[in-house]
Amino acid sequence: MNFDLSDEQKMLGEQARALLSDLSSFDRLRSLIDSGAEWDEPLWRALAEMGFLGAAIPEEHGGLGLGALDLGVIMDALGAANAAVPFMSSIILGAEAIRLAGSDAQKAAWLPRLASGEAVATFAYAEGPGPVFATGAKMAGGKLNGSKSPVADAGVADVAVVLVAGGSFALVELDQPGVTRNKLDSFDQLRAHYRLDFADAVAEPMPGAGKLDRLIDQAAVQAAFEAAGAAEACLHMARDYAMERQMFGRPLAGYQAIKHKLADVAVATELARSNAYYGGWAAESSPDDLPAAAAAARLSGIKCLELAARENLQVHGGIGYTFEANCHFYYRRERMLAVHLGNRGFWADRLLNAQPGSQGKAA
Amino acid sequence: MDFNDSPQEAAFRAEARAWLAAHAPAHVLTPGEKIPDTEEADRGRAWMRELYAGGWSGLTFPKALGGRGLSVPEAVIFAEEEGKYHLPKGPFTSIGTGMALPVIAKHGSDAQKARFIEATLKGDITWCQLFSEPSAGSDLAALRTKAVCAGDGSGDWIVNGQKVWSSWAHLTDWGILVVRTDPTLPKHKGLTFFVVDMKTPGIETRPIRQISGASEFNETFLTDVRIPDANRLGAEGEGWACCMTVLMGERLGSGAHRSGVEPLIDYAASTPDGHGGTMLDDRAIRQQLAEALAEEQGERFFQARLRTMVSKGENPGALAGMVKLAYAGRYQKTNGLALELRGLTGIAPEAGDTQTGDVQYDYIYSTVMRIAGGADEVLRNQIAERVLGMPGEVRMDKDVPFETLKA
Repeated sequence: MNFDLSDEQKMLGEQARALLSDLSSFDRLRSLIDSGAEWDEPLWRALAEMGFLGAAIPEEHGGLGLGALDLGVIMDALGAANAAVPFMSSIILGAEAIRLAGSDAQKAAWLPRLASGEAVATFAYAEGPGPVFATGAKMAGGKLNGSKSPVADAGVADVAVVLVAGGSFALVELDQPGVTRNKLDSFDQLRAHYRLDFADAVAEPMPGAGKLDRLIDQAAVQAAFEAAGAAEACLHMARDYAMERQMFGRPLAGYQAIKHKLADVAVATELARSNAYYGGWAAESSPDDLPAAAAAARLSGIKCLELAARENLQVHGGIGYTFEANCHFYYRRERMLAVHLGNRGFWADRLLNAQPGSQGKAA
Repeated sequence: MDFNDSPQEAAFRAEARAWLAAHAPAHVLTPGEKIPDTEEADRGRAWMRELYAGGWSGLTFPKALGGRGLSVPEAVIFAEEEGKYHLPKGPFTSIGTGMALPVIAKHGSDAQKARFIEATLKGDITWCQLFSEPSAGSDLAALRTKAVCAGDGSGDWIVNGQKVWSSWAHLTDWGILVVRTDPTLPKHKGLTFFVVDMKTPGIETRPIRQISGASEFNETFLTDVRIPDANRLGAEGEGWACCMTVLMGERLGSGAHRSGVEPLIDYAASTPDGHGGTMLDDRAIRQQLAEALAEEQGERFFQARLRTMVSKGENPGALAGMVKLAYAGRYQKTNGLALELRGLTGIAPEAGDTQTGDVQYDYIYSTVMRIAGGADEVLRNQIAERVLGMPGEVRMDKDVPFETLKA
């Protein structure tokens, strides 16, 4: 057993963190919000230049052909920085859906452009309140009708992989008369969401059937890496503030009420990261174990970031409630990450359903 | 990253598994069966002897000391395979191999190593730990049991005081003992470590009746107990360093067990809910089971990361306490849920239902897991201080001679 990242993977993570600390400061995030920008486009270009966007895209399509754990260390770094880029939408979901379910022509058309950052993709699955993976949208005769909402990053995306009736996918270019994009009021101010309406939109069916489970299991693992990275950032932010802030004549960090809170955050974060490691390993090396591994990672990820984001703000006290302090970025993102790709009830069902012989009716 | 065994590890596991399949079944305890302490002790000793005869005792100890000189990952693999059988291990054998031997190996003289290590591995000597006192548990260095020189030219020490929570002390041959030898020094500095023959006159053990119904813990009274200086471990005044060696061994030895969530899912799946389905259809129950399962897996994989660190020669330090903290709390929650799932029959099972009795025992036992081997609160302090680098506790007793402290 060697249950650790390789030196190359650790180095990749350090490169990603270094790039993000140069380009994606909290001041930068604040100015993006103030300017109403939908994303950090210069950061996206820099990520593309470093090869991060194409990390897991096959070499024949212009990527580096790396694996789930390589992607994981990048997602961990993106989570830590709270980066305002559509990496989950375009790379983890969009590109991977095309790789799993697209035709050769679709892969050839889109994967190189997604790897280079020239094009952005998104994955449109929800249809308002109700089941998060909804299939009301219908494909017929090369036309798509229906609605998807909310859809992350749809304002900057060129193409959407749309979950349609029957559980298969359709590929839809968003810049066309049959598609209406309406921007929604997004709780996470650094992640724009849209309602997409399709009225006889030109769409290509994607031939690969039955790929939804695999796609979202893989994405759940990556979401867990992102959550663990964000939770660790919250933990360090809270620790650093508590070390500096004096209360009753000594550092706030010296009080057990604060120490014990942060110790619990540290434990939850390490458990989530451990489950994410296993999920990444399963995605690469043991596909039969992936459904259970992904669900456990997803549940732990939600749990650790919820705890970390809330306690970070709490440790900061009143200052934490200001726009100038940085706690709010994670506090808002946490709720977004907690419901994207299905909430904890959804993943609890999937975890139990992945246990042999224990399917219940709720499955 | 590879979660699977390497080819060498797989071969070692197969060897261990085959040996255990041939030898362990004769020693297993029947679940739910209550046997007297003395019988459990005898069966534990018999299993130690079997292990030694088969070459599976003291896997990480040097061959010259009667061990097998293997690596930590190999010891872990054997422990995983051995853990599949319900064997009479308990504190009875683990205190000897897991706590007494590491401190003897690190701080003991050659004569002490020769005398105790192989004999313990063979099952000829059993051990208890005489550390905690009525007012010195989590604050172990507050201990007051004292040793003074006999003053008769023998070099012997005379010990007086009281210890508590000494598991199996009434049935064991030797104890590891920490006492105060110089009360004029600050509290961590005046301590000295001994091994003591439990048959020495002046040692009296009294079983403590526990909330679980068992009495494996004792209070141990030491009245004018004479210990030869040859039984001192390490230098006079260096008892605290010896204690830290013991506690580190205990911390690394404890941790993630696969315990309880999967059988609980099976139980829920096979129990009718009165609406034509099973308890596993209940969304609230599904949620709790899934959360517990995710935590249990996280503990297991975190443990795997720590083992990888150890195998690379790194010391996980306070990270090891994170697993124990997570595990003990989750174990209590899991067993509480297990009782709740059984409804009224959980608190009053039908005759012949041994499974529920085990769950009840585990729920009660889980309370001590959050206290022993580092209480939750102590572990949280250690994680905050040693992993996160936060300030230590304010200590009124630091650098103050022990004898001037208020009790």
